[in-house]
Amino acid sequence: MLASHALVRGLQSGFWRRVSTSSAAWATHTHNVDVVDYVPFVRNLSAEQKKLKEKEKGSWTQLTKEEKLALYRLTHELSYAEMRQGSKEWMTVLGGIFIFLGFTGLLVWWQHVYVYGDVPHTLSQESVAQQTQRMIDMRVNPVHGFSNKWDYEKEQWK
Amino acid sequence: MSLAKPAMRGLLAKRLRFHLPIAFGLSLVAAAAFKFAVTEPRKQAYADFYKHYDSTKEFNAMREAGVFESVRPTGK
Repeated sequence: MLASHALVRGLQSGFWRRVSTSSAAWATHTHNVDVVDYVPFVRNLSAEQKKLKEKEKGSWTQLTKEEKLALYRLTHELSYAEMRQGSKEWMTVLGGIFIFLGFTGLLVWWQHVYVYGDVPHTLSQESVAQQTQRMIDMRVNPVHGFSNKWDYEKEQWK
Repeated sequence: MSLAKPAMRGLLAKRLRFHLPIAFGLSLVAAAAFKFAVTEPRKQAYADFYKHYDSTKEFNAMREAGVFESVRPTGK
């Protein structure tokens, strides 16, 4: 996940100004959920919130539904459903993969043109034909394999 | 509401009692399948090949083709 952040930021600074980072998309992109952090989400309570906390110390049956939700939101940033929801990060990841694969393809192409020399002459058609003939003459793999497929009477492949 | 006490011991033994016979059975089946699908046909193919194999004829054919270094083709 850090890699896809780095990728997006890098592409933004280097090439494109907007790479799937409208602020809302970025917010869902970065799921900063610390499950192990038990510090309540809202730490500096307003007077009203402090009053609610006092009410919480009493019987919970006295709390209205809205108050219970407000208390939940004081301690938790996200609800369980919000925490579990997916994001569109995979598209960025896949896009990044394809971009770099494409770039690698360009490098390989350049290498093919400017670095590689000729293949050995033994890979030419004529040389391969001579090798094949020799393998048939030697009876290579006569039971199951190579020479098994050659018809020695008719001098052709079966 | 009282629930039954869950099984506390013998969990591995119970699992093995169920899965080991299945494992042995499947292994035997796999071995038998391989034997009858692969090794028996292969042995038969070799037996058939060598039943009517004339090694002298094959040798002479190879000699004429010129693959040997110890004997040249006849007529040289």
